Amino acid sequence: MDKKLNSKLSKSEFTRKLPLYIMIAPFLIAFCVFTVIPIFSSIILSFFSYDMVGKFDFIGLDNYFRMIMDDDVFPIAFKNTLLFAIVTGPLGFMLSFVLAWFINEFSPKVRTFLSFLFYAPALVGNAYFIWKIIFSGDSYGYINSFLLSLGLITEPIIWLKDASYIMTIIVIVQLWQSMGVSFLANISGLQNINGELYEAGSIDGIRNRWQELWYITFPSMKNILLFSAVMQIQASFAAGTVAVELAGFPSVNHAADTIVAHMMDVGTVRYEMGYASAIAVFLFGMMAIARIVIGKLLDMIGK
Amino acid sequence: MKSLLKRFFKRDKVKYQREASAVKRFTRSKVGNVFYFLFLGAFGLFSVLPLIYCVTSSFKPLDEIMIFPPRLILVLRPTFENYLSLPNLLSNLKIPLSRYITNSVFVSVITTALYVFVSAMAAFVLAKGKLKGSKVIFLIVQFALLYTSYTLAVPQYLVFSKLNLIDTYGVYILPYLASTMGVFLMKQYIDGYVPNALMEAAEIDGAGYFRIFFQIIIPIVKPCLLTLTLFGFRDVWSAVPQGTIFSEQLKNLPQVMAQVTAGGIARSGSAMAVTVIMMIPPILVYMISQSNVVEAMSSAGIKE
Repeated sequence: MDKKLNSKLSKSEFTRKLPLYIMIAPFLIAFCVFTVIPIFSSIILSFFSYDMVGKFDFIGLDNYFRMIMDDDVFPIAFKNTLLFAIVTGPLGFMLSFVLAWFINEFSPKVRTFLSFLFYAPALVGNAYFIWKIIFSGDSYGYINSFLLSLGLITEPIIWLKDASYIMTIIVIVQLWQSMGVSFLANISGLQNINGELYEAGSIDGIRNRWQELWYITFPSMKNILLFSAVMQIQASFAAGTVAVELAGFPSVNHAADTIVAHMMDVGTVRYEMGYASAIAVFLFGMMAIARIVIGKLLDMIGK
Repeated sequence: MKSLLKRFFKRDKVKYQREASAVKRFTRSKVGNVFYFLFLGAFGLFSVLPLIYCVTSSFKPLDEIMIFPPRLILVLRPTFENYLSLPNLLSNLKIPLSRYITNSVFVSVITTALYVFVSAMAAFVLAKGKLKGSKVIFLIVQFALLYTSYTLAVPQYLVFSKLNLIDTYGVYILPYLASTMGVFLMKQYIDGYVPNALMEAAEIDGAGYFRIFFQIIIPIVKPCLLTLTLFGFRDVWSAVPQGTIFSEQLKNLPQVMAQVTAGGIARSGSAMAVTVIMMIPPILVYMISQSNVVEAMSSAGIKE
């Protein structure tokens, strides 16, 4: 043993660590080329006026000023996004943990089956269409036909074009979709918790399932919970597709316009890539703040 | 190396197995039980509804899809017509359908395998490599995950075209190697479940990093690898490149299937059949990987 240790110490540090560089290289190269460079160009673009065909004009912070002072839709989109993130973020996070926790105690076969049920929306892919059918504004929509047949309403409600319903509907659909990778990560995380910890806990005076959850399960799951939280931040702040698919764009009175939906409008319809990039940078700022706050919150777990 | 793993975990494993039966877990109250099953049942139904709807609708004749009041599950006159009409709908393609299928399978398998492998290696280095700058890199990775991909489309296109990747398989495969989510998940997992003592023991035994990665890390993180596999596969399988693939020979199945679904209301039955067919491979991968996750966990017995 000693001999081996000595020979290793005499090897140069670099040769010993060479495998590490080789192993991280493919990711780092791809990450720089396909993610870091585009992000930086997007940030730089936010200081330019660029319509995809004309010249780049450096305009400093004008895009940002315009966003805050000159854009009627942006404040609405900002408010919607914030509201949406505050509601769906924590709820989706909790839901993906609670469901994983619930099904964790079943036998492996039942567990696989149940996790399949919950993961199904993600497997189906673009399954928004079912919601379009359910909330369809004519009497063919499931909810309308149900309410009509009960006599609760006399004429169909145009759910997806009504500013007072649309946000609620989008929140529901987003939650339904939130059983993605964080749910699966939670399941595998729960599976890996050392059973002995629970035993030791009961000796140390843990009295019920809630204490068990707080003092043992959460601390052992901390890493996975952080992952799951970040994925929820990403999903809830960047929600745009769901809103656009269901409510159309622009939605009635901009009631369901999120920042991403607004960004798509600016970028795809009006070709103002500089301005769209400024919005992206702003959104990134919001998400980064949320990420930092949540990191701090998760640090308090089990204390 | 196997023996090292065993040596490290043997005592714990035996102890765990002996005492596992003696551990009395807390049980729920009766009210808790009622709530528990109601919640699971309701949410399960809520989640699986679209899946059931797709499958039943794909067996409905057109007049039943359009019936009022709409029926969710019941099929009065089940028919295979929606499926049988597909070969006809897809018969006038310039390229044989098999080419699209081959493209999709090839791209999905290669991409998923590379994605999982590359992410796992990078995560291992970031978690246990103690290289200078690891922390900074990981911080950048985490925050890059939060940047909305929408505005990145144009710069990414420019990168593709500079590298002459437009209209090659590269646009399907390469962006996934840069995917930050996989690295983030794997890193969290390795940090949480690979004890440092095990790493040190392996290093003292003279194991190089490659050996440590393949013989120690991979077995422990297998559940996570499988989770990533099914997630990656699902993504790649349904991915439609935006404006970067022009040759018909390089298009994948979702692109050609979109032609059927774009056929309007008269083809809504066939569209459902297409949706169902496209769902099968991800579901198969899910079934295989999940049954393996369970196996991996019960056989590894690694409960540090």
